[in-house]
Amino acid sequence: MELALAPETLARWQFGITTVYHFLFVPLTISLAALTAGLQTAWVRTEKEKYLRATKFWGKLFLINIAMGVVTGIVQEFQFGMNWSDYSRFVGDVFGAPLAFEALIAFFFESTFIGLWIFGWDKLPKRIHLACIWMVSIGTLLSAYFILAANSWMQHPVGYRINEEKGRAELTDFWAVLSQNTTLNQVFHSFSAAFLTGGAFMVGIAAFHLMRKKHIPVMRTSLRLGLVTLAVGGLFTAISGDTLGKVMYEQQPMKMAAAEALWDGEKPAPFSVFAYGDVDKGHNKVALEIPGLLSFLAHSDFESYVPGINDTNEALQEQFGPGDYKPIVPVAYWGFRWMIGFGMASFSLGLLGLWLTRKKFLLPAAHRTGEEEVPHLVLLKKPLGAKLTRWYWLLALWTMGFPLIANSWGWIFTEMGRQPWVVYGVLQTRDAVSPGVSTAEVLTSMIAFTTLYAVLAVIEVKLLVKYVKAGPPELTEADLNPPTKIGGDLRDADKPMAFSY
Amino acid sequence: MELHDVWFVLIAVLWTGYFFLEGFDFGVGILTRLLARDRPEKRVLINTIGPVWDGNEVWLLTAGGATFAAFPEWYATLFSGFYLPLLLILICLIIRGVAFEYRVKRPEERWQRNWETAIFWTSLLPAFLWGVAFGNIVRGVKIDRELEYVGTVGDLLNPYALLGGLVTLSLFTFHGTVFVGLKTVGEIRERARGLALRVGLVTAVLALLFLLWTQVENGDGASLVAVAVAVASLVTALAAARAGREGWAFTLSGLTIVAVVAMLFLTLFPNVMPSTLNPDWSLTVTNASSSAYTLKIMTWLAVVATPVVLLYQGWTYWVFRKRIGTQHIAPDAHAAPQAAH
Repeated sequence: MELALAPETLARWQFGITTVYHFLFVPLTISLAALTAGLQTAWVRTEKEKYLRATKFWGKLFLINIAMGVVTGIVQEFQFGMNWSDYSRFVGDVFGAPLAFEALIAFFFESTFIGLWIFGWDKLPKRIHLACIWMVSIGTLLSAYFILAANSWMQHPVGYRINEEKGRAELTDFWAVLSQNTTLNQVFHSFSAAFLTGGAFMVGIAAFHLMRKKHIPVMRTSLRLGLVTLAVGGLFTAISGDTLGKVMYEQQPMKMAAAEALWDGEKPAPFSVFAYGDVDKGHNKVALEIPGLLSFLAHSDFESYVPGINDTNEALQEQFGPGDYKPIVPVAYWGFRWMIGFGMASFSLGLLGLWLTRKKFLLPAAHRTGEEEVPHLVLLKKPLGAKLTRWYWLLALWTMGFPLIANSWGWIFTEMGRQPWVVYGVLQTRDAVSPGVSTAEVLTSMIAFTTLYAVLAVIEVKLLVKYVKAGPPELTEADLNPPTKIGGDLRDADKPMAFSY
Repeated sequence: MELHDVWFVLIAVLWTGYFFLEGFDFGVGILTRLLARDRPEKRVLINTIGPVWDGNEVWLLTAGGATFAAFPEWYATLFSGFYLPLLLILICLIIRGVAFEYRVKRPEERWQRNWETAIFWTSLLPAFLWGVAFGNIVRGVKIDRELEYVGTVGDLLNPYALLGGLVTLSLFTFHGTVFVGLKTVGEIRERARGLALRVGLVTAVLALLFLLWTQVENGDGASLVAVAVAVASLVTALAAARAGREGWAFTLSGLTIVAVVAMLFLTLFPNVMPSTLNPDWSLTVTNASSSAYTLKIMTWLAVVATPVVLLYQGWTYWVFRKRIGTQHIAPDAHAAPQAAH
């Protein structure tokens, strides 16, 4: 009971809740910004109305989503100081810089140009208005890059020294923080997962409309774009996950041993499909394994030695003194599996969809469909029956949240797998909390944020559903005749704005 | 001037930018109750800041991030110490951002009214609380040897800091009123002028009291100059508002904010958070700052990025330079999803 209400425990819960919640919106924001920008580019280049309608439809969902991403991000900027003041004092010299870069370079970019994009339909010439959404997209990517560089430093601190006199870490090489392989691999992995997420979102919603034979031209295009994004994003997520895993085997062997519930080192090491462990005794009761695969995942060959939890714990005790350096093994083990499982399930669905809806490749000419028709789902030579077709659409709709689950577990795995460290090998989590903040205060803020976030989640999802169901908007005269001058055409001074709050 | 002094100035600049910009958009939020007679007028007000409030708010995030990087000890003590007021500010900013974005997303009157209520309160509370926070920073708080805040929430609610809160609240409202005068047409513009005089007078009295109190307790020659500038610009802003010179009124109310923030930081220096328990335990630009290397990198960032930010943010204001009135807001067209953009 005492431990359960310790400020450290509460602060960790709060960080977990607010960060996982924030990250529900981040990948969608990153991918939908780029996808919306892509659709708007298609409109500007081809002047086909379906692209503009698609831009407005997905842009709307993007805006509903980014609003939540932005406001929940504010908490992240201040939470370190509030709950983790000893962390802030110890690492601020290193960790603060990427945060400041993120704010000054990325946040200003995103939030200024999003204002221009939302209100700019009748104020900016077509191409400048298009440039604004691309700026937003660049802003989202830059923002993710800087914050991942900061997180990578917690995973694998580089470019710093410990100043004994001041009792803190000090930056010695900022470029090392920005360019170390942990950063690059985490960025690669998070970006591809973001597009996997956005792809699945687009496919699910397009499937919903196509199943009901509504808004076909726009949704056909969206389905195609979503499937390609999902497949490419999924492929890169898998590749980057593999390289990031190998980096982690070098940098945090404990995390990866826990991810496999590999208690004792093995040569060659098997990949665990299912395990049920007895944490106190330090071994698994039940285990279902694929021989040699883990050696491959860690070191790209089927023979090499992979150290286990118990060995690594002993090695860490020798290095850092007595203590328990194990994370909560079941969380790491299952988190790892859920991340991969949900992510790859979405990826498979995308690959399948890409094949089923192919346009020409190995597709009998009779089954090709026009712009106004729902595409046939063709497995081999004949289209699927009505029932199976409906199943595919339903599956796409129901699983559009899978990548969100995968993303959440990915972060839970990588952060909890690093415990007991907050900065690996440098600072333990228990030494990072704010000593002056009381249990009551942390409890208050945790309850406040959790309640507020829950209410906002309900509001947000209801709004999304409403706008998804409404489908792409009809275009107006004003939409088709964008202004030619910055500031808008001033002929009719009393003309209502194209968009107003 | 050493780098940590430069960063003291830059942090002051970031807060100044934040209060200048979000100052008027907090003010506009408050005016939805004080100035607007009906719901179309409320919408006119909200739309004067529609395209820009989000960018304005980033000045706060940048001030936070830059404080973390340049003065980690300050960041740690301030935000862990002022825990509950900051929590309240964060909650307000979360709701406020969502409120602007979601209000028109449904046509139901109740839905829209709820968000309008939210916009009023979540603009008013931070406008007040930031003043309370800065009042306490300047006055000093209970900080121990370990640089930890050891006071209570009650300690933060002292008369001086509360007066500071009233000053920011009224000053931001005034700033918002002259901004509305500058950005609207029609009847609301006329009424904004009348209200500016009343709010401006209240602000002048409160600000004068607060600034003199600060000057007597902690002031020096330089801060006295800032006081003079603040008072002079506020009075001139009032005169300009009365004469219908809206551009001047806004510039001068902005200058008042600049002078007030400058005054506070001048009296603070070289401390960043004085301790009332023992002057040796105060956080200063030296003991709270980052290493020279980090400050150097941060300085490069500021030198390169800030002008660019000012340029494109300024451009946004130019794009949306047209005044708006009720005629520019289509009645229900945007409430229904079919016509929404």
